[in-house]
Amino acid sequence: MTSPADLSVVENEAGQALFDDLIAKDSRIEPRDWMPEAYRKTLIRQISQHAHSEIIGMQPESNWITRAPSLKRKAILMAKVQDEAGHGLYLYSAAQTLGITREEMMDQLIEGRARYSSIFNYTTPTWADMGAIGWLVDGAAICNQVPLCRASYGPYGRAMVRICKEESFHQRQGFEILLELMQGTEAQREMAQDAVNRWYWPSLMMFGPPDDQSPNSAQSMAWNIKRFSNDELRQRFVGMLVPQAEVLGVTLPDPALRFNEETGEYDMSEIDWTEFNEVLAGRGPANAERLRRRREAHENGAWVREAAHEYARKQAARAAAEVA
Amino acid sequence: MSDADIDPHGEVTVDRLALADEFAGAGAAGEGAVASADVAEYALRLGDDALVLAQQLGMWIARAPELEEDVALGNIALDLLGHARSLLHYAGTESGRSEDDLAYWRDEPDWRNAWIFEQPNGDFAHTIARQFFVATYLFELYGDLSSSTDPTLAAIAAKSMKEVDYHRDHATQWVLRLAGGTDESRRRMITAVADTWPYVDELFHDDELVERLASDGVAVLPSSLRERFDEIVDQVLAEAEIELPTGRTAFIASGGGRRGRHTEHLGPLLAEMQVLARQHPGASW
Repeated sequence: MTSPADLSVVENEAGQALFDDLIAKDSRIEPRDWMPEAYRKTLIRQISQHAHSEIIGMQPESNWITRAPSLKRKAILMAKVQDEAGHGLYLYSAAQTLGITREEMMDQLIEGRARYSSIFNYTTPTWADMGAIGWLVDGAAICNQVPLCRASYGPYGRAMVRICKEESFHQRQGFEILLELMQGTEAQREMAQDAVNRWYWPSLMMFGPPDDQSPNSAQSMAWNIKRFSNDELRQRFVGMLVPQAEVLGVTLPDPALRFNEETGEYDMSEIDWTEFNEVLAGRGPANAERLRRRREAHENGAWVREAAHEYARKQAARAAAEVA
Repeated sequence: MSDADIDPHGEVTVDRLALADEFAGAGAAGEGAVASADVAEYALRLGDDALVLAQQLGMWIARAPELEEDVALGNIALDLLGHARSLLHYAGTESGRSEDDLAYWRDEPDWRNAWIFEQPNGDFAHTIARQFFVATYLFELYGDLSSSTDPTLAAIAAKSMKEVDYHRDHATQWVLRLAGGTDESRRRMITAVADTWPYVDELFHDDELVERLASDGVAVLPSSLRERFDEIVDQVLAEAEIELPTGRTAFIASGGGRRGRHTEHLGPLLAEMQVLARQHPGASW
């Protein structure tokens, strides 16, 4: 692979012109196309963070696989967590097309040098959290991710198409868990409402800071990576939740929440960004636990990966010897 | 693809909440058929084997040595859970109990799984050794059971056999990789085979129930599978250059898992699996 630094200034200028033209026409940039170094870096950061989020995001839910209260729920939850591993794989592959290896990305994650979605640093003390994660967290993820199916970088956009199809199922199963609980016993209804209370605000924070405080957004929108602003997506999400909350019979924990006929938007209470920043800074309820668990799985599995590698090497050597 | 092509609301509407249909399990085979007491007991044995193993493999998800294995072990666990649900559903028809009644509301002495299924995951090599022996056995079992005179068992077995074929292939490849990989992986694989082997014998033990059912062509006589099992195991272990420990431990004189006598590992496994359901008797999920 030729690094952009090796190209002459003239080639860089030609590349830039071609790139600008593709972006202007809203076409796709493919791995072999010339791209500005900042575009490449932004994408590596965003796609790998997204992949890490899928992998870390397996933990709060795998917590309940062994204790799922019915065999049907156990099957659905297992399938969902397994999907997340699959999403991680597609996304790592998409990032690899930009010139970074999975090992490098994995090292960045377990050494705490890479970010992942802060939402997964919250804990899942009750079964209702499986419902709230599906309904709220996956719901927010869908609002964020559907526009990414059109992201200008081809491998990312295509990975997102596959992922979004499965996320839709994830959200439905979460909604169904909550609906079943809300139609159940008093204890089950309380469990459901408590989970919604705990996950509502963190799910709104998943869209990122308000537009006037989001430094990277403008460039990402100019590059056709990001299509809607954080606040636009947050509004869209709340608009989706309100009627669904009515069907469920749960209360969204914001007394100020109401539709404003004049603005055509939802009025809502101020989001507590101090909490968001605390969790982002590594001081959330489970930051250390999530990383420790990932590191343990990685370290405990090292001998297995080495064995597979060594076996493949010996097989190749044997095959070569037979040919010779 | 434009935004209009995908509904960001995730298709959540109240009348489309039939996720159970997407997970064929209970009722997938033999809807309406009612098992006799003998057949129910036999289905319970097979169902418990599958459920206990699914529960164990589920523990690997998000802990596997590489992402590909999170996916593979998750897949295998899901297949086994599907088999368990079909078998428990059928077993429950005799007494009017649901798959969940059987999974969540029976205590240890009422479980009928063989001991090998309840042995802990251990390291990856132990999980693979258990998978290798069990999948090899199940493949032969379901192959024969697919021509059972009981149409429900035959249908479940035919579906399960195809999936177990993949499980066997997955485990076999890992036995070879670990045995032929590094010194450490070889040492671990040898230990795992030695630790797991004593539990193999119970799988092939005949008793009055299976003899009765086999004479009607309903069940497969476990002992009839032994020769084929040994042939495959010998072949794979020969390629892996691993020798089986001598002597086949027959410590199931107490009756073993088929009669509700279990090792120390089943209790904690059931306690974890059943805890939430038992905190809310009568609740639906």
